[in-house]
Amino acid sequence: VSNSSSSTSHVDVFQYYTLPCISLLYKAGGPVVDFSYVGIDAILEQMRRKAMKQGFELNIMVVGQSGLGKSTLMNTLFKSKVSRKSVLATAQEKIPKTIEIKSISHDIEEKGVRMKLTVIDTPGFGDQINNENCWQPIMKFINDQYEAYLQEEININRKKRIPDSRVHCCIYFIPPTGHCLRPLDVEFMRRLSKVVNIVPVIAKADTLTLEERDFFKKKIREELRANGIDVYPQKEFDEDAEDRMINEKIREMIPFAVVGSDQEYQVNGRRLLGRKTKWGTIEVENIAHCEFAYLRDLLIRTHMQNIKDITSSIHYEMYRVRRLNENNTVVTHANGIPEHHLAAHEM
Amino acid sequence: MASTEIARQAGEGARAVPLAGHVGFDSMPDQLVNKSVNHGFCFNILCVGETGLGKSTLMDTLFNTKFEGEPTQHNQPGVTLKSNTYELQESNVRLKLTVVNTVGFGDQINKEDSYKSIVEFIDAQFEAYLQEELKIKRTLHSYHDTRIHACLYFIAPTGHSLKSLDLVTMKKLDSKVNIIPIIAKSDAISKSELAKFKIKITSELVSNGVQIYQFPTDDESVAEINSTMNSHLPFAVVGSTEEVKIGNKMVKARQYPWGTVQVENENHCDFVKLREMLIRVNMEDLREQTHTRHYELYRRCKLEEMGFKDTDPDSKPFSLQETYEAKRNEFMGELQKKEEEMRQMFVQRVKEKEAELKEAEKELHEKFDRLKKLHQDEKKKLEEKKKSLDDELNMFKQKKTAAELLQNQAQQAGGSTTLKRDKERKNFF
Repeated sequence: VSNSSSSTSHVDVFQYYTLPCISLLYKAGGPVVDFSYVGIDAILEQMRRKAMKQGFELNIMVVGQSGLGKSTLMNTLFKSKVSRKSVLATAQEKIPKTIEIKSISHDIEEKGVRMKLTVIDTPGFGDQINNENCWQPIMKFINDQYEAYLQEEININRKKRIPDSRVHCCIYFIPPTGHCLRPLDVEFMRRLSKVVNIVPVIAKADTLTLEERDFFKKKIREELRANGIDVYPQKEFDEDAEDRMINEKIREMIPFAVVGSDQEYQVNGRRLLGRKTKWGTIEVENIAHCEFAYLRDLLIRTHMQNIKDITSSIHYEMYRVRRLNENNTVVTHANGIPEHHLAAHEM
Repeated sequence: MASTEIARQAGEGARAVPLAGHVGFDSMPDQLVNKSVNHGFCFNILCVGETGLGKSTLMDTLFNTKFEGEPTQHNQPGVTLKSNTYELQESNVRLKLTVVNTVGFGDQINKEDSYKSIVEFIDAQFEAYLQEELKIKRTLHSYHDTRIHACLYFIAPTGHSLKSLDLVTMKKLDSKVNIIPIIAKSDAISKSELAKFKIKITSELVSNGVQIYQFPTDDESVAEINSTMNSHLPFAVVGSTEEVKIGNKMVKARQYPWGTVQVENENHCDFVKLREMLIRVNMEDLREQTHTRHYELYRRCKLEEMGFKDTDPDSKPFSLQETYEAKRNEFMGELQKKEEEMRQMFVQRVKEKEAELKEAEKELHEKFDRLKKLHQDEKKKLEEKKKSLDDELNMFKQKKTAAELLQNQAQQAGGSTTLKRDKERKNFF
C-alpha cells in the first residue's frame, strides 16, 4: 500500500461526457462542412496489423478411448497432419499402461495469419480395466500449465509476451453407443468442466442413423444437465443477448456428431474429404451427413477467440485465486508446518 | 521445414506444416478485432505545458469536439493535474478518451518542483493498475485503464532553444511515458526560424539524453511513413476550433489581418502529421509501449523496492505472497496501534469533559442555592415589612375607632339640637 505524500497535486474525479464525433456534416444551403474525420477507427486496422505480426496460439487437448478417431479428427480439422501419430514415424500401436500426456506443436499459416497450434494427446485414457482416477493426470497437466503461466506472470522480470501453454479447449470423444453417457464420461466431464472448456463430440457418428443420433444427443444433453455439467459454450459466460442467442443455438446442437477423414474421394465431380464404404460415401463436410462442419466453425472460425478468452479470464483466474489463497493459508499456519494440500490438483 | 524432421515435444519447437485446404483460422484477427470493438478502447493523453500554450484548444481540434466549457481556473499555488474522461464514438468504435491537463505548470517563481506532481500522477496510475493486477480476485479485462499512453509536451515558440524547465521535466518523464514534443502556437514563428528551432531542439534533446517516443519502424506497412515523421519531430502545431471560409469550404483556421493560418494545411503547420501519427497510425503502439515498457519498468522497480526478488523458482509464489502478507500484517498492526491511540485519546477527552461538566454542574447548584437564599431573604424582608405595615394599619384602625368613639360621644351631647334644627329645616321646605 503506498502512502501518498502530501503534495500540491490533486486529481479531479473523472467526469464522463459523451460527445459525438461527426465525420461529415452538411449544413443546409451552405458550403460542405468537412470535419475531416478524426480517425479513431483506424485503431482497428492497427490492432489487426499487430495481431498478424504476433501470430496466435491455440492449444487443443483430445481425450477419449483409443480407436475413437481422435487423431483423424485433428487432421481433418486442420487439414494437415497435425496429430502425433501422423508425425511420429514409428507410431506406437500399443496402448500404454498408464495415461500419458503427449503434446506436439505446429506452425501453420493461412492467408498471412500465423498460428502455433499445439495438440495434446492423452493415450491410455479409459483403456484400462480399472479406470479410477484416470482424469487425475489430465487435471494435473492442465493445472501445471496454469501454474507455469502464473509463475511467469508473478516474475519481477517478465517476458513481453508470456508464452501461453494453457489448454484452451478439451475435445471429449464420446463413443457412439447410442444409449447414454457412461459413468466414466460423466465423471470426467464433471470434474474437468470446472477447469477447462470441454467440447463433447460423438465420435465415429457414421454408425448411428439420424434418429438414433438425435435420441442419443438428447439423452446426453439431459444427463449433462442432470449432473450439472457445463460444457462450452457455458451459459453463465454469455455476455449479452446477442451472445446468448447464438450460443443457445449451439447448445441445442451439442454434442456434435462427427466423422473424420483425411482421404479425398471423387463425389459428383468434386474432390471431397470422406469415408468410402460399400453402401456410399460419407462426406465429412456435408452437414446432411455429419456435423463436422459445425464443430469446425465453432472451434476455429467463430469462437476461437472466445474460447481463449474464457480460458484466460475465467478458468485461469479461478486457478490463480485458488492458488494465491492456498498460499495464504500455508503461510499463516500457526506452527509453521505447511498443510499437505492434496486437493490442489483434485476437485 | 522438411517433413522428415521428427516431431519434438512442445516447448522445444514446432514444425511448420502445410495446409491441404482452407481451415478458416484466418478469421482470427477479425475475431480479435470484434472482441475489442465490443469492449471499447481506452486512450489517455497527458498535456504538459505552460499556461497559455493552447493545450485545451489543441485537444479540441484533434478530436473535433468542444471538450471543456470554460477555461480552467489558474488560482492554485502549485501544479495541479486536471483530468477529464470522454466517450467518443466513430463508426462502430467506442473510445474512452481521458485528457489530463497540467494547470499552473511554469507559473511559479520557483519551478524546481513543478515536475513532481506530474511524475506522481503518472506513477499513481501505474500503481492503480499494479494494485489491480496483484489483487487475488481481479477483473483486468473490465478494468478502466488510466495509465498515460502519450504525453504531449508543449514547447513555447520562442524560436531559440528549450527552456531548462522543459529539459528537466522531459528528462524526468522520458522513462515513465511516451513523450511527443510539439511546438505550440507555431504560427508565431516564421518558416526559416522554425527549421532552425527544430534542429536546435532535437540536438538539445539528444545531448541531454532525453528519450522521446520514436514512431515504430519495424512493421513494413508503416515503417516508411513513421520514419519520415520521426524526422519531422517536434511537430509545429496550431490549434483552432473556429472556422473560416476558404474558397467554398469551411476550414479550421486562425484569421489574422495579414492572412489566415489553416490548421489542416500541411504547408502551414504539422497538425495533420500529429493527428496522423498520434491517432491514425500509432495509437495501438503507444498503448502497447506504455504497457510493455513503461509499466513493466515501474512494476519491476516497485516490486524490488517492496523487497521481492526473483529467487529460486520454488519459493517465488510463496515469497511474493509471504512478503505481501507480512507487509499487510505490519500495516494492519500499525493501523491497530493508531486505533488504540485514538481510543485512548478519546477516553481521555471524555474524562476531561466529564470533569468539566461536573464542575459546571456544581457551580450551577451553588448558584441555584444562592439565588434561593436570596429569594428567601427577600421574602422574609417583605413579610416583615408587610407585618409592620399591618401593625401600623391596625394601630391606625384602633386610633380611628377610638377617635370615632370620642366624636360620637361628643356628638351625642350636642346631637339632638342638630336633629331638631334638621327637622325644622325639613318642615320649612
